[in-house]
Amino acid sequence: MKPAAFEYHAPVDPEETVALLARLGDEAKVLAGGQSLVPMLALRLAAFGHLVDLRRVKGLPGIEHRGGVVRIGATTTQAAVERSDVVRDAAPLLARATPLIGHFQIRSRGTVGGSLAHADAAAEYPAVALTLDARLETLSPRGRRTVPADRFFTGTWSTDLAEDELLTAVALPVWHRPRGFAVAEFARRSGDFALAGATVAVGLGPDRRIDRCAIAVFGLGPVPCRARAAERELIGREPTTEAAGDIADLAVSGLDSVPADLHGSAGYRKRVGAAMVARAWRHAVREAVHD
Amino acid sequence: MTDVDIRLRVNGVPRRATVPPRLTLADFLRTDCGLTGTHLGCEHGVCGACTVLLDGEAVRACLVFAVQADGAEVTTVEGLTPPGGGLSAVQTAFRDHHALQCGFCTPGLVVSVTAFLAEHPRPTDEEIREALSGNLCRCTGYQGIVDAVRAAAERGDAV
Ligand SMILES: Cc1cc2nc3c(=O)[nH]c(=O)nc-3n(C[C@H](O)[C@H](O)[C@H](O)COP(=O)(O)OP(=O)(O)OC[C@H]3O[C@@H](n4cnc5c(N)ncnc54)[C@H](O)[C@@H]3O)c2cc1C
Ligand code: FES
Ligand code: FES
Repeated sequence: MKPAAFEYHAPVDPEETVALLARLGDEAKVLAGGQSLVPMLALRLAAFGHLVDLRRVKGLPGIEHRGGVVRIGATTTQAAVERSDVVRDAAPLLARATPLIGHFQIRSRGTVGGSLAHADAAAEYPAVALTLDARLETLSPRGRRTVPADRFFTGTWSTDLAEDELLTAVALPVWHRPRGFAVAEFARRSGDFALAGATVAVGLGPDRRIDRCAIAVFGLGPVPCRARAAERELIGREPTTEAAGDIADLAVSGLDSVPADLHGSAGYRKRVGAAMVARAWRHAVREAVHD
Repeated sequence: MTDVDIRLRVNGVPRRATVPPRLTLADFLRTDCGLTGTHLGCEHGVCGACTVLLDGEAVRACLVFAVQADGAEVTTVEGLTPPGGGLSAVQTAFRDHHALQCGFCTPGLVVSVTAFLAEHPRPTDEEIREALSGNLCRCTGYQGIVDAVRAAAERGDAV
């Protein structure tokens, strides 16, 4: 099917872009890589009178590592992240999650900002942002603001962004070493959105005990979710893989809006999610211990 | 709705056109340029039949609007023909290893594999299979395609 007709805008200046969004109101939608928006338009699941393309907007693409933070501009493609040495060294969790997104022909167009703003419940980047305590930088006609990841994702395909607000960048704090990261997910076919997945980050203190820990699950509710109770249990403990099963059970125990469809019941997804937490935990701990 | 003027190069040939914004790059190539080698299967990003190179990178032409290709260099399967004519190394390998039956998926696969080998000239079997996962083939069972990619890589002059 063909998308419904729309007016096309390709502004250059970020301020001009948000002013345009404000003027056009809910008739307008931002177009970044188009890898989620264009399928929705093609299937006529959505239609907008105006698309505002970010491809020419200045200052939006780019990756920089400065002051203990990796800052990635919103229109940086997933392919650019995949090829970035800076991301591999300073934000390994993001680097490892990237090849799990669709296929390389999708990642060549799909953007970091698009993934985060689209906020699919089973998407990898929102879970990574939540795990690393990322800060999301935005611009609207009212100015710039920064939103912590745990307040950004508000529901299925919905975020804290206003209609006339652009996501401009995501800032990922670099974790001190020794540290370990892992992502694990189960999808029905390579490249599909995951049925359930988990991201884990572990940091060790000078005494080689866990002094920082973040566990998130995705695909198991409308938004990715941190397993705060499990994390609290783990601080101060020795980094071992033995407890992986208990940690995993604790991580999924509180989930109460797990989706169910013909691909799997809620109970099944929870079990898969727990298995992914356990798998990611083992990988992350092994990496931290040898870091 | 306002049509938009675009200029781009398609297989090395400069083109100018005035297009409606909702026209996809795939439809532009097939209808306006007469390059029907780019196939359309699903029209929503899943099957890979429409894969073309946009500034050297493999993309789904059904998920790019022609207006977004303004200023870009596009290469379709027709553009992979070597200067003297004939088949490219990837195409030859596909023929030699029975990597096609009905041929519907083939242009997308050939373009995808060309881009993949340009970035991974010495792929492992696992990398080959992963790279092929974005192109659906309903006929071959993929084994011949995997063999063809390996053979093209081993020849070393795939791109
Ligand atoms: C076959 C296929 C498989 C896929 N598999 C996966 C997968 O496994 N995991 C996964 O995470 N994703 C997957 N995707 C989706 C892909 O990652 C998209 O690229 C991503 O979800 C959206 O990024 P985009 O740049 O393409 O955004 P677009 O499609 O252009 O936009 C998506 C939404 O975000 C908004 N938006 C975009 N950028 C901004 C911004 N800077 N500020 C404000 N709003 C913005 C748009 O208005 C739109 O609502 C898949 C897509 C396809 C076609
Ligand atoms: S037609 Fe473009 S991916 Fe199927
Ligand atoms: S050869 Fe028929 S779909 Fe691949």
